[in-house]
Amino acid sequence: MKHLSLALLSIVFVSVVHAETTAIVDATVHTVGPRGTLENATVVIENGQIVAVGDNMKAPDGATVIDASGKIVTPGLFTPIGSLGLVEVGFSAGPDDSGQIGDQFTASFDVADAFNRRSTLIAINRIEGVTRALIAPSPVGMDDNGNLSSVFSGLASVVNLGDGMASIDRRGAAMVVNLGESGVDYAGGSRAAVLMTVRQALDEAKDYRDHGDAHERGQHSDYNYSVADLEALQRVLSGAVPLIANVDRASDIEELISLAHEYGIRAIISGGAEAWMLAPHLAAANISVILAPTANLPSNFDSLNASLKSAQILAEEGVKIAFADGQITHNPRNITQWAGIATAEGLPWDDALRAITLSPAEMYGVADRVGSIEAGKDADIVIWPGDPLELTNYPEQVFIKGESVEMVSRQSLLRDRYLDTDDKRPPAYRN
Amino acid sequence: MYKILVVLTTVVVFLSACEQGSSDDAAVPFASRYAGLDSTSTLLKGATVLTGTGERLENTDVLMTDGKIVEVGADLSAVGAEVIDASGKWVTPGVIDVHSHLGVYPSPGTESHSDGNEVTAPVTAQVWAEHSVWPHDPGFATALAGGVTSMQILPGSANLIGGRGVTLKNVPGRNVMDMKFPGAPHGMKMACGENPKRVYGSRGQAPGTRMGNVAGYREAWIAAADYRDKMAAAEDGKGEPPMRDLKLETLAGVLNGEILVHNHCYRADEMSIMLDIAKEFGYTVSAFHHAVEAYKIGDLLAESDTCAAMWADWWGFKMEAYDGIRENAAIVDKAGACAIIHSDSGIGIQRLNQEAAKVMGAAARVGMDIPPEHAIQWITKNPAKSLGVEDVVGTLEAGKMADVVVWNGTPFSVYAQAEQVYIDGALAYDRNDPSVNPIPDFSLGTSAATGGAQ
Repeated sequence: MKHLSLALLSIVFVSVVHAETTAIVDATVHTVGPRGTLENATVVIENGQIVAVGDNMKAPDGATVIDASGKIVTPGLFTPIGSLGLVEVGFSAGPDDSGQIGDQFTASFDVADAFNRRSTLIAINRIEGVTRALIAPSPVGMDDNGNLSSVFSGLASVVNLGDGMASIDRRGAAMVVNLGESGVDYAGGSRAAVLMTVRQALDEAKDYRDHGDAHERGQHSDYNYSVADLEALQRVLSGAVPLIANVDRASDIEELISLAHEYGIRAIISGGAEAWMLAPHLAAANISVILAPTANLPSNFDSLNASLKSAQILAEEGVKIAFADGQITHNPRNITQWAGIATAEGLPWDDALRAITLSPAEMYGVADRVGSIEAGKDADIVIWPGDPLELTNYPEQVFIKGESVEMVSRQSLLRDRYLDTDDKRPPAYRN
Repeated sequence: MYKILVVLTTVVVFLSACEQGSSDDAAVPFASRYAGLDSTSTLLKGATVLTGTGERLENTDVLMTDGKIVEVGADLSAVGAEVIDASGKWVTPGVIDVHSHLGVYPSPGTESHSDGNEVTAPVTAQVWAEHSVWPHDPGFATALAGGVTSMQILPGSANLIGGRGVTLKNVPGRNVMDMKFPGAPHGMKMACGENPKRVYGSRGQAPGTRMGNVAGYREAWIAAADYRDKMAAAEDGKGEPPMRDLKLETLAGVLNGEILVHNHCYRADEMSIMLDIAKEFGYTVSAFHHAVEAYKIGDLLAESDTCAAMWADWWGFKMEAYDGIRENAAIVDKAGACAIIHSDSGIGIQRLNQEAAKVMGAAARVGMDIPPEHAIQWITKNPAKSLGVEDVVGTLEAGKMADVVVWNGTPFSVYAQAEQVYIDGALAYDRNDPSVNPIPDFSLGTSAATGGAQ
């Protein structure tokens, strides 16, 4: 079952002494690790992990050997922000669990419990190479009673797209906040009020950290934020998890740099249309940027200076980058195209591959397990027929935590049903 | 009768353009005042040429003079022509987007700029998208950098019948008339499915269902047929003409074959119903747009000579988009129907070539090998056909408008970039020479103004 879909590759079942050992041999392996790119290389997978990587290395006796000569091998792709597994059809067709309204939960709202690893979107995206994703909360606006989302959207988690029960890799790996124009609707209509809201929350969280016991004894003043929110904010204050700020305008990014410095928090920018204008400052402040390499239009006054050169400029200054188009919903698979477009605009190819594999893993504290092809890491591996960034190349095989993924999705089933245009049977009687 | 109408559509359109206000006759309101940029005679030497007619020619020259393609062939020479070494480059017809809202939903996307949907009644055939086009939309210049030389600007899809679309050449203008494609027929936007029923149903108004949608179209066509008949009778001296009615004039223009229907319609079952409505009232659907399920009815589209305009991979953002697949355009094409890749997006329009490439790659996975010389038609010849301008643009053939793109390599690569874009033989964009490139008013003082379209 595990190997049925490997028909495109030549597989040799040598023996089944170590049923869990697989060796991908003769590949060009982009490790995205310290060893760079290896030619004629072998990757050995055992019990879900990469146990060895090397060039001109023999497959272990008893391993299932996959001949990948002429193929490209990369780490699994990692989408840095989105709502995979939180929504099927977003509009007028059931809930989008990535967002909520009201102030009962703000900073502590945790989307992980809503994650559906059986979502149709999972298979559609993993067969195109996406093996990990950050699932993030996002604001949804206002309900019929005038209740609003919050400046704080809540907690994001790292998930894998495999079939196992353990799909949440790191719960609460980041917190999302909406600054600039993205937040004004939730803070009285001014971006100044947005920042005051954020500062108030962080100040209360600090106060709670220092006086929490007194508060619980009723010997301390009340807070505007719930205890759950103040608890969640502790991990941001301590630097354990980053604060992802949805923000585009350069002046708002300057405020974010100040805020991060003042409170000692780790920040990541999502959107960042004008982040390139502050590249050296972001590098100095160790603030990463999740950006859309296609975003070059002034979609609002926060994005007047959006530029196709963003990725290249930021990377050149040493800013860590990853690619998304705001909250990614249905097509995380297009991160390879974004990486290719960034490359066409001047980003070195290796940096582009890193931006869709290792960099997001580092941003969310899971780089010890995923993001590159190194011994000891989870075996998230993609075998490509050629350049993975090229539009006409689709994965031939994907491994998640060492499991060979069945290369089938609801979309491939629809395709197969309608592929024979001469078949005149009613579609429901076809495959 | 129905078949004949299909064949005659393009011809009729040009013959009767005067009546519909799309001619160059200055007496007609909003007529094209497109003048073209200053052009010189240009000879592109030694390129790989995708002609748009299905041919791929290696080491081939393209000669443009007086705004027209003069010749495509080997070892051409021309006295006085600027000779450009295009070896290693790929040359294609200018890219055409059949579905754009540039100008009517411009950047910045402020509420004050939201001019694409006349959401005040379910049938607003009387409105014309061109009257909403803001020529300073920065999206025109960025689309140009993506090789787009012509596009249809459509009203939105809130209404059953949303109004007239307009075909533009992608040149800067002081008003929309400066940009209008000379001689192009108007389009008329119709919309199936979720949008009209949601917009009006939520107001407790018809339509509130898909069956309400269909009743709405048919009622509109009944009124239009009556108006057309009375107008025709009056011309024959039988009775007084009815008072001029802008709404019915547009609809009658469709029934007379002068205006082409562009129908937003996702689901295969709804497209099938729309084709029956077209038969009932004797018009043709020029193209279904956002035809996410077109792959389920390729044969019906081929029979009715209706194009399907599709995205490569937008899907799932609403229920009627749930069955989207990457191979859609390839399967439609295989069935013998006219496949188009469209954008509906100021970002997507910049890389229609890449969207086509994603379809090619997906199709190749299941044994459908679509060569570049064929796929290029999805973004050149086929959209030209659906817009009724196939006779003058969309392929590199002698006598056609010299709308030409020089690419840095195969256009079906993620690394592809348009290096030069010619419109009617004039260099409208040059990636290597920012001084050539247009800077929209709105972009002055921003990063987009330093180095042209960013």
